[in-house]
Amino acid sequence: MNTPDTPPLFAAQEPIFPRRVTGAFRRFKWWIMAVTLGIYYLTPWIRWDRGPSLPDQAVLVDMANRRFYFFWIEIWPHEFYFVAGLLIMAGLGLFLFTSALGRVWCGYACPQTVWTDLFILVERWIEGDRNARVRLWKTKWDFRKWRLRLTKWLVWLLIAVSTGGAWVFYFTDAPRLAVELVTFTAHPVAYSTIAILTATTFLFGGFMREQVCIYMCPWPRIQGAMMDDDTLTVAYRDWRGEPRAKKRVEDTGDCIDCMACVNVCPMGIDIRDGQQMECITCALCIDACDDVMDKIGKPRGLIDYLALADEPAERAGDPPRPIWKHALRPRTVLYTALWSMIGFGLVFALFIRADIDLTVEPVRNPQFITMSDGSVRNTYNIRLRNKHGEARDFRISLTSESILRIRQEGSASNILTVPPDSTTQHRVYVIARPQDEAAHTERTGLRFWIEDTKNGERAHRDSLFNGKAN
Amino acid sequence: MTDKNQDIDQETGVETTGHDWDGIKELNNPLPRWWLWCFYLTIVWGIGYVIAYPAWPLVNGATAGLLGYSTRAEVATEIARFDDLNADLRTALAAADMTTLGEDQDLQRFAVAGGAAVFRANCSQCHGSGANGAKGYPNLLDDDWLWGGDIETIVYSIRHGIRNELDDDAHYSQMPAFGEILETEEISALVQHVRSLSGAEYDAGLAATGADLFLENCSDCHGETGLGDREQGAPNLADAIWLYGGDPATLEQTITYSRFGVMPPWGTRQVNAVAAYVHQLGGGE
Repeated sequence: MNTPDTPPLFAAQEPIFPRRVTGAFRRFKWWIMAVTLGIYYLTPWIRWDRGPSLPDQAVLVDMANRRFYFFWIEIWPHEFYFVAGLLIMAGLGLFLFTSALGRVWCGYACPQTVWTDLFILVERWIEGDRNARVRLWKTKWDFRKWRLRLTKWLVWLLIAVSTGGAWVFYFTDAPRLAVELVTFTAHPVAYSTIAILTATTFLFGGFMREQVCIYMCPWPRIQGAMMDDDTLTVAYRDWRGEPRAKKRVEDTGDCIDCMACVNVCPMGIDIRDGQQMECITCALCIDACDDVMDKIGKPRGLIDYLALADEPAERAGDPPRPIWKHALRPRTVLYTALWSMIGFGLVFALFIRADIDLTVEPVRNPQFITMSDGSVRNTYNIRLRNKHGEARDFRISLTSESILRIRQEGSASNILTVPPDSTTQHRVYVIARPQDEAAHTERTGLRFWIEDTKNGERAHRDSLFNGKAN
Repeated sequence: MTDKNQDIDQETGVETTGHDWDGIKELNNPLPRWWLWCFYLTIVWGIGYVIAYPAWPLVNGATAGLLGYSTRAEVATEIARFDDLNADLRTALAAADMTTLGEDQDLQRFAVAGGAAVFRANCSQCHGSGANGAKGYPNLLDDDWLWGGDIETIVYSIRHGIRNELDDDAHYSQMPAFGEILETEEISALVQHVRSLSGAEYDAGLAATGADLFLENCSDCHGETGLGDREQGAPNLADAIWLYGGDPATLEQTITYSRFGVMPPWGTRQVNAVAAYVHQLGGGE
């Protein structure tokens, strides 16, 4: 397709060799990396005692039994709205942070950024800093280059395997799976999941890096809609820096065109070109530039977190507005309000969850039947859920304005037994004798009561009894 | 346009593709080449997929694909797998002593669940999807049984059926059509007596005449007090349940022409399961 007349529509990936940098933001990012990776790798190993017959893993997504455990919280499939709520909160949280602080998610917390950072760290330990890496990239494939490359890839692979390996521990009992994995007795799904995640981690962290952010992730393109002139984002004070010049002559700006900001950039861009889609606002250029400004005796902040709305004031020599004035605006207040509303809603829902779940489904096919002695019988399917680790006995009874009797199918007792961590269905019959009012009334209200025989906890559900209308 | 770098957009500093539509030009921000390779890879994958899996529609069906994959075959395998899993339960159920079925919870659950499915497919046409019957077809939920409501009798009734000519062991009994034996007035009197047995409204004068007729003609099967006889499938006339209806007109019709409800024999397969299901519907004895 590349005839001499048309320019190429596709380009090779430009290699990027981010230089080592020190400073406040870099330190902050190391901390975030340690905490997030620590959470990721260690969480499955936290134990949490839930009593017999329930798993003792603090965080567990038990697909096979359709349960989600998070410390003291246990989510059943019908409570999936909690997960939906958390996802909505995550979405709104992202809106809030993006509108206030730009792409902080991308720059600090996104797994792609964290793992790439870790991979670059390994790369630097093995192959040296930027200049050494550029040289190595240009040299022929001799023994040394092979040795360095293979060492690096091996370490990357180890990180990748442990990343994929940690993932599967969230879905089943971690210590048991760990033993199964090393003795090759684990389920094939575990191995294939690890293999896929190892491949993606190795590829995305080692080779794709900024390509993932620029070409594969939809977020950079959506974020434009979240940001406005008051959003604090990483930017270059061109009114202070320009005209840039390596040689210090009169009328030159503070920028000495040392390329430090470009050399440290993991995305391979020049922040001095202004805001651009590729920038993940990792703030490493701020550290790099501040370092240079210190050396040449100029004030810090040539590259800084700043809001575009302050530009006219700063050009005129006035100080920027305080950060809280930028952060506090209708948009962020609205996002915060929505976010906390859903959060409070979820916490509230969590605390009012009933300990006994009782549902009553009246059988309406047929609505009622007549027994041989002329009494009228209705049937109800009662569902009882026991979230405890041991079996529970419930005594069932009913209250009603009319006289009604209750009987359980297949048993003379009024005790319903529910095994641990399960839901059971029981069929109960409610009977009105021919002389009782309910037998001749079209509808009679009634209330089923369930009482735990041990601790006396009660729950009730209302239903209707159908009699012969005429 | 011989030099590819010749055409640079002034606004953005990005080169254009060189295409020009009424003065509108297209910027050339080249895609990464790996993207292109991924695209080619999907094409290769697509071709491989078409070869490996069913793809091209033909007149009857589609090309089978080298792997011979089929969703129907997959379902069949799944069904066979579950059948295998339940093989023990099925054997156990076929040989089970039905009177003590409730002692084995697993077997009981298996029987009831399977019986419910079989019931819906084979029995619900007459007995209704809720098993509450219809006129002439017994309600299986109540405690009134023509031939008996214990599990073994239910098994027998389903296996051999009622009044059919296909199975020599079918329950059999026939009420005479009294229209050929008694006068119309006598039948009306009988109706009033029969109604009196179950506590319905009745004409006392006629019922007295009917009582004598009942003893003479009906009590052999239905019993002197009308409680019926399960040995002969003679309904209990003293309870609140009527198979065809307890109003005078229907009773008159029943006595005049008789009734002859038939149920086919269902053989032996899955009969235990259906019986277990029917027995636990609320009327089992």
